[in-house]
Amino acid sequence: MEYEPVIGIEVHAQLLTKSKMFCGCNTDYMGAPPNTHVCPVCLGMPGVLPVINRKAVEYTIVTGLALNCQVPEATKWDRKNYHYPDLPKGYQISQYDLPLTRDGCLEIDFDGERKRIDIRRVHLEEDTAKLFHEEGYALVDFNRSGVPLLEIVSEPDLRSIEEVRQYVTKLRTILRYLGVSSGDMEKGAMRFEVNISLRPRGGEEYGTRVEIKNLNSFRAVLNSLKYEIERQKEILQSGGKIKQETMGWDGVRGVTVPQRSKEYAHDYRYFPEPDLPPLELKRKWIGSIKARLPELPDAKRERFIQEYGLSEYDAGILVADKEVADLFEGYVKVYPKGKSVVNWMSRELFPLLNEGRVTLEEFRSKWPPDYVHELLDSYDRGWITQSTASQVVTVITIGGDDRSPRCIIEEETLAQISDEERLGAIIEGVIEENPKPVADYLGGKEGALRYLVGQVMRATKGKANPGLVNELLIKNLKEMAQNM
Amino acid sequence: MAALHDLTAHEAHKLLWRGEITSLELTQAVLDRIVEIDNEIKAYLTLTPEAALERAREADTLLAAKRRDGEEPSPLLGVPMAVKDVICTEGIETTCGSKILEGFIPPYSATVVERLTEAGAIILGKTNTDEFAMGSSTENSGFFTTHNPWDTSRVPGGSSGGSAAAVASGEALFALGTDTGGSVRQPASLCGVAGLKPTYGRVSRYGLVAFASSLDQIGPLTRDVTDCALVLGVIAGHDPRDSTSLDLPIPNYREALLPDIKGLRIGVPEEYFVEGVEPQVAEVVRAAIDLLADLGAKMVEVSLPHTEYALPSYYLIAPAEASANLARYDGVKYGLSCSEASDIWEDYRRTREAGFGPEVKRRIMLGAYALSAGYYDAYYLKAQKVRTLIKEDFDQAFSKCDVLVGPTSPTVAFKIGERVEDPLQMYLSDIFTLSQPLAGIPGISIPCGFAGGLPVGLQIIGPALGEETVLRVAYAYEQATEWHKMRPQL
Repeated sequence: MEYEPVIGIEVHAQLLTKSKMFCGCNTDYMGAPPNTHVCPVCLGMPGVLPVINRKAVEYTIVTGLALNCQVPEATKWDRKNYHYPDLPKGYQISQYDLPLTRDGCLEIDFDGERKRIDIRRVHLEEDTAKLFHEEGYALVDFNRSGVPLLEIVSEPDLRSIEEVRQYVTKLRTILRYLGVSSGDMEKGAMRFEVNISLRPRGGEEYGTRVEIKNLNSFRAVLNSLKYEIERQKEILQSGGKIKQETMGWDGVRGVTVPQRSKEYAHDYRYFPEPDLPPLELKRKWIGSIKARLPELPDAKRERFIQEYGLSEYDAGILVADKEVADLFEGYVKVYPKGKSVVNWMSRELFPLLNEGRVTLEEFRSKWPPDYVHELLDSYDRGWITQSTASQVVTVITIGGDDRSPRCIIEEETLAQISDEERLGAIIEGVIEENPKPVADYLGGKEGALRYLVGQVMRATKGKANPGLVNELLIKNLKEMAQNM
Repeated sequence: MAALHDLTAHEAHKLLWRGEITSLELTQAVLDRIVEIDNEIKAYLTLTPEAALERAREADTLLAAKRRDGEEPSPLLGVPMAVKDVICTEGIETTCGSKILEGFIPPYSATVVERLTEAGAIILGKTNTDEFAMGSSTENSGFFTTHNPWDTSRVPGGSSGGSAAAVASGEALFALGTDTGGSVRQPASLCGVAGLKPTYGRVSRYGLVAFASSLDQIGPLTRDVTDCALVLGVIAGHDPRDSTSLDLPIPNYREALLPDIKGLRIGVPEEYFVEGVEPQVAEVVRAAIDLLADLGAKMVEVSLPHTEYALPSYYLIAPAEASANLARYDGVKYGLSCSEASDIWEDYRRTREAGFGPEVKRRIMLGAYALSAGYYDAYYLKAQKVRTLIKEDFDQAFSKCDVLVGPTSPTVAFKIGERVEDPLQMYLSDIFTLSQPLAGIPGISIPCGFAGGLPVGLQIIGPALGEETVLRVAYAYEQATEWHKMRPQL
């Protein structure tokens, strides 16, 4: 029997607020010594009280709106009760039945078609502390405790690993577009829980689902799902039954492992947080947040296609990262040839980024739009060759040369030789020195021309305009043939 | 002149301002009194005499400066007081009467403590309480029981029994208590002092160790109504650190103290004179109400039909909140830690087993049960609905009258040990003081006579933010009587 996976995802994303969810502690704890970004509130000391971070609420609403969610008239907080050392109060302040936003959706591209993934809710809660398990004991770092955490819960609408990949990637892109989360998984700013069940393809009813918690990267999400699909398939095919349980992912062994049930309470005994009055969400405020929504990836892609004449593919690559898209727009504003700019970025910037030789930020600072204008203008006019253009990029980006591209081209006499007289002399020399290939060409071997062009390029250290060389060579050779 | 330790805060203020006494003399006198009698009363869990004397010297310097400049000082400047041990005091051990917090020294002060300190009041120490304010007698304290100054074989009431006993016996000029279901008013009644529970949100809860967050409110225990007004004026007001505190202007409570209550409508709820009220208590309270009528108040018969459901509703909501509020005491971060076991779950179990007393455990169990899946609707949610009905009862009543009056407690102080084995009987001590916190409204208990030689309290209840009217009625009654001047023989 062929099985179809049914997958739902909970995405947790730390918000980029300056202070924590319920206290004034600085959220920028990365690299700080343990327990230095703490106060009585985020340590859960006796008698202290939470105060809502307005910015965190705003960020959650922005996200909800970007995901087409509804914002209710009022929201409230609830206590989710469970004991664990990473939870200093013994309960987490979360949202139960009145999330900040609900009933939205996200469209993903799949197999050339758009597919709508429904989003059940986007709510706000507080992050827990971080535990460091040692041999025989564990240490707690409360720096993370109380950082605002967004939770985005999808409906079980995902049907394949590829859809999951599209969904989480796009979600991350949107969060970064909104500027609400860094989405930096290496720093734990984005974490996932998935639930997965199998059912016969085309079936209506859901199978028994398994939850996989504590997934810290796209790779962990995709690999654990891949593993779990196979595991469940084998059980079902051999006539077994899936046990409803909570699993973790052992990335080293590449297997899902059942979690100790004690660490996941069966009953969180939710009840309304008495320390925080319900929050009225005034329409005017929501309206002003909505008005400030930035352009989202899909809209930006459409606009890039329309405005700059880009292909869908090129536009897609650019908008996948807002900073890249912004960089492109900065360049295209002063050098309004979209295709030229995107080709150049793909050729020069992306390999450098992928190889980790430069960060986007460094590149941006070394390549102000007028530099790009100078370089691409020189290239597009045929003043310099592609290889020269690449050289200039290397000299500036890696070499740290702070002269402008035009300056470098001029001072290093990198300009392409397009002077017919100068080239003519060089070509004559090459013809004289290579009687055999000349004879071959004249004898009908057209391939010999390529060799001769190469010799001219070598003689000019690659600075000759190859098109012109080609043209002049043919002209000279033709004359020779006529004179023979 | 009365002994220094017997002064009210406003009397002391007058003498301090005139330079007739110094804060140092006053503070020393109260500390001497504590040394003299606290062995018998056991009002204090922690004393901070050196710090108090140091603060008194500072107060004297400030008083002198103000006198020189002709600048009116805060009425509490240089006045020694006590703080219930569920309220955090920076640098001073705060145990909540619990073994589980023994040795806990908060690195911060409650907002009320900050405000009182700012006003120049002098903290003498921390007073005994039922563990985490859960109880009506201080017998649930993890350390010892406080004794009633009027009869040391009896309880002072609770949970603010230490504060009430301290004020009644001259061990503090005034004290802070907390009231979740009567914990200020009931001990005030049993010890013959004044005790006010303000409107929910009137006083910041920041730094008050939570028992039941939607009910808890800090209030003053004082020797007369004027002091209640003075202390409330200092501690009331919005606090950005407490989202449930009300952002509203603070009236001048002292100016509300008018002896004239002519034409004021006073409601007497029939449900507050039912079986279970000791006949002598009922008689004393009836007489007090008659006096209010004599003073020109218009008496109105009113009904609070859901009164009998206050107790079951309270004992679901308060423990439910407590079950979460007390989850943080796990031995990981502060307080008692029994962590020799091999895993964290066993550590938790041991720490909480050893650290909490039986009443606290009982309420955590009760609360966790009321919130658990499958029971939530039947218990917690139902109790919340009843709470709404109780609120509506009061709304109805206050459409017909300005304040309500009745007994604070159905009985006078009972014998130590008498109700320990019977939690339900103990819970009934608060039968008339549970519904006001549920409704979030203010109430005061003031002395209105004696039954069998023990103080009886008159409760005056107002609508939300009706503290001024409550204080005014209390003040008028007090002006017409001498009960507030009675002191126990010790």
